[in-house]
Amino acid sequence: MTEINHHIPDDVLDTYRAGTLPHAFAVVVAAHLSLCDECRARIEAADMIGGVLLNGAEGVALRAGARDRMMAALDAPPPPPLPRGSGVFPAPVMAELGGQPPKWRMLGGGIRQQILSADREGSLRLLYIPPGRAVPEHGHRGMELTLVLQGSFSDSEGAFHRGDVEAAHDAIDHQPIAGAGAPCICLAATDAPLRFHALVPRLLQPIFRI
Amino acid sequence: MTEPVPEALSELTRDLLEVRDRRNREAFGRLFDHFAPRLKAMMLRGGLRDGTAEDVVQDVMLAVWHKAWQFDPHRADAAGWVYAIARNRRIDMARRRPLAQPEEMPELESLEPDAAQILALRQEAGHLAEALSRLAPDQAEALRAAYFDDLPHSRISEMTGLPLGTIKSRIRLGLDRLRHELRKIAP
Ligand SMILES: [Zn+2]
Repeated sequence: MTEINHHIPDDVLDTYRAGTLPHAFAVVVAAHLSLCDECRARIEAADMIGGVLLNGAEGVALRAGARDRMMAALDAPPPPPLPRGSGVFPAPVMAELGGQPPKWRMLGGGIRQQILSADREGSLRLLYIPPGRAVPEHGHRGMELTLVLQGSFSDSEGAFHRGDVEAAHDAIDHQPIAGAGAPCICLAATDAPLRFHALVPRLLQPIFRI
Repeated sequence: MTEPVPEALSELTRDLLEVRDRRNREAFGRLFDHFAPRLKAMMLRGGLRDGTAEDVVQDVMLAVWHKAWQFDPHRADAAGWVYAIARNRRIDMARRRPLAQPEEMPELESLEPDAAQILALRQEAGHLAEALSRLAPDQAEALRAAYFDDLPHSRISEMTGLPLGTIKSRIRLGLDRLRHELRKIAP
């Protein structure tokens, strides 16, 4: 596993573990967990507490026949395996892509995107940014969680490489620039439409859906 | 798959490895006898009706049977691993779409079981159980509520105050150490 320096913030990871994180963000967390042993261990640590509590719990007797039903159920065929990762895309991203390579849409300036999901709670997309290109400066309403899958970008918050996550809250105005080398591909979840200062006038945002 | 290291393993973990490596139904039966009533208690506490709770217990234990190949005793003890499956099952019942899951870990076939690390994990669970048993009753209850009753995780520290922080950092340190050890043998 590569060295990862930017991890999922505690509150986001806790919300993921509790199962209440909206889908778009949950995919970013799951994709990071696919690459990051450290955050996976953070979840396992919390589950270890759950396991100790489970062991210490006073059981409630099952209905008659429950054990026989259980043993009989073992012969049923196992569920189909989950989709696997492919190339730079970890399994949860491949699941969003329906097992296919991305179908990019050009946004201008060599920047491409594919929207993976969008609903009231948030939107999820893949972004492709050529080396050295700036993603147009944007502010946020709400929260954005961005995971680098290939290449790198940097902004006022630091440099982000494969596996790194940037969590941007309200008020942060940043201008990510893709690093040299391979084009930067990242997975980004937002809970509100981005406000771009340039490139795409705000009136066009609903059309481009960025 | 190489032989596990019996003396380092709890009985439950040994049974889970029997299920993983040999599809041993007797071992599975013992896991069922231990976990099913406890899982039912957890599901009832989470607000499920009796019948639904039993169905969920069956689902969870069936997943234990089918997902056993993913179990790695270097990373989890049997109880924590079963708890995680139960937690995810309950989450998916409450969500419109299932919670996105990370990539399944590749099987660590080439990995020699590391007795020291497995033992350290077991000891960590022991320390944890001890620490939990020393909590004041209301704090222990708050912790159980947080882990069994679907309360937002962020409220745990609010409800329990310092002891949970102590527990969390303790377990984090323990697992940091384990992870470090794991890297040395599986870079
Ligand atoms: Zn991480």
